[in-house]
Parts: sequence; C-alpha cells; structure tokens
Amino acid sequence: MHKLLVDSPGKEMLLLGNEAIARGALEAGLAFATCYPGTPSSEIPEQFFKISRETDLFFEYSTNEKVALEVGAGAAVSGLRTMVTMKHVGVNVAADPLMTLAYVGIKGGMVIVTADDPSLFSSQNEQDNRYYARLSGLPMLEPTSTQEMKEMTVAAFDLSEELDLPVMIRTTTRLNHIRGAVRLGELKPIKTKDTFKKNPSRFVTVPAVSRNLHKLLLERYDQAQEMAEKSIFNRIIGNGRWGIAASGVSMNYVSDAITDLGLSDKVSILKLGFSWPIPKGLCTRFLSQMDKVLVVEELEPVMENDLKVIAQENAITIPINGKGAGRLSRLFEYDPGMVREAVAEYFGVDYQAPEMVDLSDLPELPERPPNLCAGCPHRATYYAVKQVFGPDAIYPTDIGCYTLGLLPPISMADFVICMGSSVSSSCGFSRATDQEVVSFIGDSTFFHSGITGLIDGVHNNHRFTLVILDNGTTAMTGHQPHPGVDTGPMGVERTLISIEDVVRGCGVKDVHVVRPFKVKKTIGAVRAAKEYNGISVIISEEVCPLFAKAIGRKKRTRPFHVNSDKCKDHRDCINQLACPAMFLEGDRVSIDKNLCNGCSICAQICPENAILPLKE
Amino acid sequence: METRRCVFVGVGGQGNLLASRLLGEAALSMGIPAVVSEIHGMAQRGGVVESYVMMRGVTSPIVSDGEADILIGFEPLETLRTLAKCNRKTVVITNTHPLPPFTVSVGQGKYPPVDEVLDLIRARIDHMIALNGTRLAEEAGNPLSLNMVMLGALAGSGATSITGECMKETIAGSTKKAFLESNLKAFDLGMEEAKRLTG
Repeated sequence: MHKLLVDSPGKEMLLLGNEAIARGALEAGLAFATCYPGTPSSEIPEQFFKISRETDLFFEYSTNEKVALEVGAGAAVSGLRTMVTMKHVGVNVAADPLMTLAYVGIKGGMVIVTADDPSLFSSQNEQDNRYYARLSGLPMLEPTSTQEMKEMTVAAFDLSEELDLPVMIRTTTRLNHIRGAVRLGELKPIKTKDTFKKNPSRFVTVPAVSRNLHKLLLERYDQAQEMAEKSIFNRIIGNGRWGIAASGVSMNYVSDAITDLGLSDKVSILKLGFSWPIPKGLCTRFLSQMDKVLVVEELEPVMENDLKVIAQENAITIPINGKGAGRLSRLFEYDPGMVREAVAEYFGVDYQAPEMVDLSDLPELPERPPNLCAGCPHRATYYAVKQVFGPDAIYPTDIGCYTLGLLPPISMADFVICMGSSVSSSCGFSRATDQEVVSFIGDSTFFHSGITGLIDGVHNNHRFTLVILDNGTTAMTGHQPHPGVDTGPMGVERTLISIEDVVRGCGVKDVHVVRPFKVKKTIGAVRAAKEYNGISVIISEEVCPLFAKAIGRKKRTRPFHVNSDKCKDHRDCINQLACPAMFLEGDRVSIDKNLCNGCSICAQICPENAILPLKE
Repeated sequence: METRRCVFVGVGGQGNLLASRLLGEAALSMGIPAVVSEIHGMAQRGGVVESYVMMRGVTSPIVSDGEADILIGFEPLETLRTLAKCNRKTVVITNTHPLPPFTVSVGQGKYPPVDEVLDLIRARIDHMIALNGTRLAEEAGNPLSLNMVMLGALAGSGATSITGECMKETIAGSTKKAFLESNLKAFDLGMEEAKRLTG
C-alpha cells in the first residue's frame, strides 16, 4: 500500500512538502487529478500516479498545463473534487483557461497548485505567481510548513465548494522540498462520478454571458474576502508594537529571528495564510496597533503594496517597509540570517552576525556545474549535429536535460525562453538571418508545445532542421511518461502516439529517424537534412539510461577503457564529449568503469581506435 | 541537547539526500522535532547537491552562511566549497576521496591535492573528522553505501543526540534486504572510524 493511504488519524509521519499536499488532497476526498510535471511541483503528481493504480482516483499526466487545467475543469464542473498541479511558469501556459474558469466557476472543489521557484533552482525565471490570484480574482492560500501544506489543501477544497471557485495554493521550492512532521487526519471516501448539468448561461462564455459572470466573480471575491477575515490561517500573533507581516516560507525565518533576537515581547506578527483576497479588516487592525511595520516576503512587494494601500485608505501613517530593508530584495529566496539582520536593523536592535570563516584567500576552486550523464544519448546527438553544422549555426533549444548542451565543450544552446520556443523561434531565426538554424526539443516538450510551432514552420515555408531528442521519458523532472511513451512497464494502459506520425501529420516531408549511438549513420542523416530546402526533422531515438535502469530495461553493456598502447593522446574523446566517466590520470585520458554506461560513442570517434570494451 | 543545524553536501548520485532524510526520520523517532530541506531537479545531474537537517527549536528550513553546527561533506572539494556555511566551531566531517568534476578533465581549472584541501579546512575550523568513506564503503561490500558510512561517522562524532542504535533502526526500516547487511556494516565502519579519529 502507498504510504499516503495509511488510514491512521493522529499518526505523525515525516513527509515531503509535496507529499503533504497530496495527503491533504486525499483527506479531502480527491477523485480526479491532472498535471504537467515540473520542478518543484513534480512529487505531488508522482504520488497520485502511484495511488491511482491502487484506488479509484483518476490521474493523468496531461500534454501540457493548459490541457491539464481544461481536463480538470471538465471534471470539476461535473462535480468531482479535482486537483491540478504545475510549476510557476506552467501557470503561464494554463493562464488562458484559468482566467475564464474563474468566471464560470466549478461545482466539485478544485485546487490548483502553483509551485514557484525563487532563486531559480530549476527554472527559466522567478516570476511571483501571487499576481495570478490578483489577475484572475481567485482565492490563494500560502502554507508555511509541511503540516500547513496538508491542512490548507483540505481547507482549500471546502473553500472552493463554498465559493464555487477554483482555489490556488502557492508554494515555493523550499516548501515543496522540505520534509517535516505531518499529523494525519481521516481519509474521506471519494465520489468518482457525477452528472454534468447543462447551464449555458453559466458555462458558455459568449460575451452576453460573461458580462454577468464577471459581476458574479466580483461578488464572490467580496464573499471570499469576508471568509479571509475569519480564516484560521490569518491571525495576529503577539502584543508588541513592532509589526512584522509575513507569508509563505518567510514566516519561518521571521519566527526564528524573533526567538534569536529575544523580541517576542516587542513584536506582533501578521501571518497571512489565506492571503488573497487580502483580509483588509484584519490588516487594518494590525496596522493601527503598530509603531512601524516590516514586510517579509520573497520576490515581489505584493503584500507590502497591499498594506500600504490599506494604510492609506485608513489614514494610517506609520512607516511600512519591505524591499530595501537590510538585504531584503526582490531577488532570490531569503535565508534566516538575512531576515534576522533585516529585523534587527529595521527595529534598531543590537545584533552581532555569527562570525564566518574567512574564505577570501582560498585558491580558485574548479566549478562543478550539472552535466549530461555518462551514456546520455543527447551527447551523441549533439556530437553528430556539430560535425555537420559546426559551431556557427544558430541552435535554439528548449526546456529539459538537453538544455545542458549549453555547457562547453558542446556549447550548442543559443536561445531558450520557454517550453516549445525552440521550434517557433527557429521560424523567426531562419527568416531574419542567413545563418543555418538547427533547433533541439525533447520528446515530452515536443508534445507539450512543439507541435504548433512545427505546423507554423511547415505552413509558412520556413527553413530549418528540428531535432527531436526522444529518450522515451520526461527525464529532467523525474521520468514521467508522455504521450509517446509505452506506459505498460509503469503499470498503466495508455495509447502510444508515434512522434514520427505526428511529425508527418504536420506536413513535414523530410523526416529522419536515427539511433544516435550509431554515430556515422546519424551524421549521414544530419547531412541529408541539411541539404533539404524546407523543414526537416530528425528524430533521435535512444532511451534515457537512468530511466532504463529505473524500469529494469537497461541492456547489458560492457564498460570501455583506454588502451594506453594505442592512445596517441589526441583527446578528441574528452575534449569533444566531456563525458563524466572520463578523467585525466596523470596526462592521459582514463575511463571510470563504474560510471561508463557502455554507449561506445567515444570508441567510435577515437582516431586511433584506442577505446575498447573491457574484457569480462 | 540544543538546536542543531546540519548541512550535507555531495555530488549528484552520492546519496546525501537519503542520508539527510534518514537523519530526520531518526530524530523524529526519538521525539526530536526536525525539518529536512532538499533540492531536487536540475541540480542533481552531476552537480552539487546540498541538503539540510534542522533539529530542535528552529523552523527555518535553510542554514545561512556561518550558521552550520555540523557539515557533512561527501567529497573533499565540495566540503571546502561549503565552508561558507561554517564558523570556527562547526564540526566538519568529510570524506577524503576526491571526485574531480568534468571541468577539470577538460582543462577548466585544477583540482587541488586532497591534502591541501584538508589543510585549508583544518586551518579554518576547530573540529574536523576526515575519513576515507569511499574506501570504507567498498570494504562494507557496496561502494554506494558511502552515505551510510557518513551517517555512521556523524553518530560516532557525538555531534548530535541521535544515537547509533536509533540511526541503525531507521536505516534498517528503509533499506532493501539485499543491501541491509552492507549498509549496516558501512554505518558501523564509519562510526568506528570517527570514534577512533576523535579519540
């Protein structure tokens, strides 16, 4: 049995933040869940995927976030309790349905999780999705601990049904990936089917309908605001006249800072967990009792600006500051020391920062950036393309492990802004320049949002080569399936969609399917694609070695070694491939047999044929 | 015992996330409040992986620079790099077996000699326990049990109030049968070595 299905109310478990959210959804009677995976949200659906094989829960990995939200909308307006999870930039993809789903509302409780990523641990930007609550008019909850992640999820479903609106839960990477104690509640029985009741004046958003719905949304917003005033997640803690307002993970830094600085008698904290609509009454009471207020929130000054507006409306003239106090900025995540220092400085308290060790005279240490794994097929594909197109072609790339092709010596990533941008931006590059254009996209990303760009390229007669790196899984986020994957070994029945069929269906005439570990043949296919006057597509098929190992499908291969008698020290292997299994032993290249995956690329490119399989 | 802020650092694949999770679970089983903080995703593709375990009295899931009570480094270069988290009194437990990053292989930077790395650490902190955890893991019969060696060394150092027995029970509760014996042996080897080194 999955550990989150334990039916022992009162039991305490150490859960990952994302597991706590999943458990909360189960305690709320979740019947239907969809997602597109993305760090730091991925472990929520990972639980649902496993649990759906043991229970009546319906779960799907959807093609992208917009699809996930729309699939979820169908279930929620039919009456099922539904959860849709995504990373922060995924909400951009889902923003179109989100804005109008807010108008029509739902029937079964619907909770949308947006997992933000301050400090960009695994993302292309650090946008603050609290603005999406404000943009859409939907309520937002912001937990501060694993226990609250579970509790708020349960509460969010009830809140959603009381308001007939989807409710957003906003987390940040630190919360998604902490493990903390969670006290379990009861698991609710789930309702897996309901009936959709037609109601065009609510569900068909032609202008005449939506004019009314917008009005209705604003009324619900007022109702939500009243609920936020009374919510147990919003409260003033303490009796001091120095105010600190905080939400999310920052709340922990504030509470530790107050303990460390011994300020509990002097400070009051405004803790906003049900943070939108902002409870103006509670905020006004707080502001009117304080001498000055410090706002501690990562990223944008969202709460700070709201509090300043509330102060103005109530003619409260105390200082309210956030960004710019101490080292608190709009950039990156905060840490306890930074918040402690800002609190001490803002309220004029003596504080001695801990003495750090002096590292100023350390020698320069070699960097250790993340790297494509040993035996990664992307390395082989990049090598083959570079042999034909050289270093000067434009290489738009996309979001996935293969973005690491950015690093030398591969250095084949020139432009990436979002999922799918590799294909569409290539259309622009190929028209705006006379440079050659080769773009790279992963299999999952191709389904997510590469197809529309490809149709654009074919229809508008653009000219470039698209390489689809098909490693049979959504690798970067933890090996989730996608529409092109045989899900049989994972224990679920899904219909496989062939990438080649899709590509041909989009009207591409020049299609090459290659096995990248066959270096010469792959280079030959790249040459042919280069000659083609139009859109050519190379589908490079080879399973991710980590995934193959995880599902027990790794082929037996022998690791390679360098024969020192034959090696003439050209170093093509290490200089062009930079495989992590290779290292310099003294002056000569050597291969770590424990890391070598036996892909044989280095052996194929060695001019002296000096790289050979190890004898058994 | 008072608050303990522990930092684990290693290279993707060395298993420091599992080590920090097990420490958190062991703490919880002894009734000690604990928060574990991990970084997943891109950082794990052969890059540096940091995780934190906070015990008693702290709710913040991160350790600021200079504030670690304990640093457990699975790779000497990364231990040195992570010294920014330390102060003079931090207990540093480090593996001495180097894993040169590929940047070194392609000539972008030099990996300093390990003895030099250890001297640089020793000169900055009062308590360092340096052991060849990789060799002990191999001796235990499983090179992947380095994380167990390091947890053993932590228990042997006496730097937390988590007992060796409790740690071993936790390990036993979440290890597949095939690896149980080598994992527990690795833990014991790490613990004995740390006890020997601290005298």
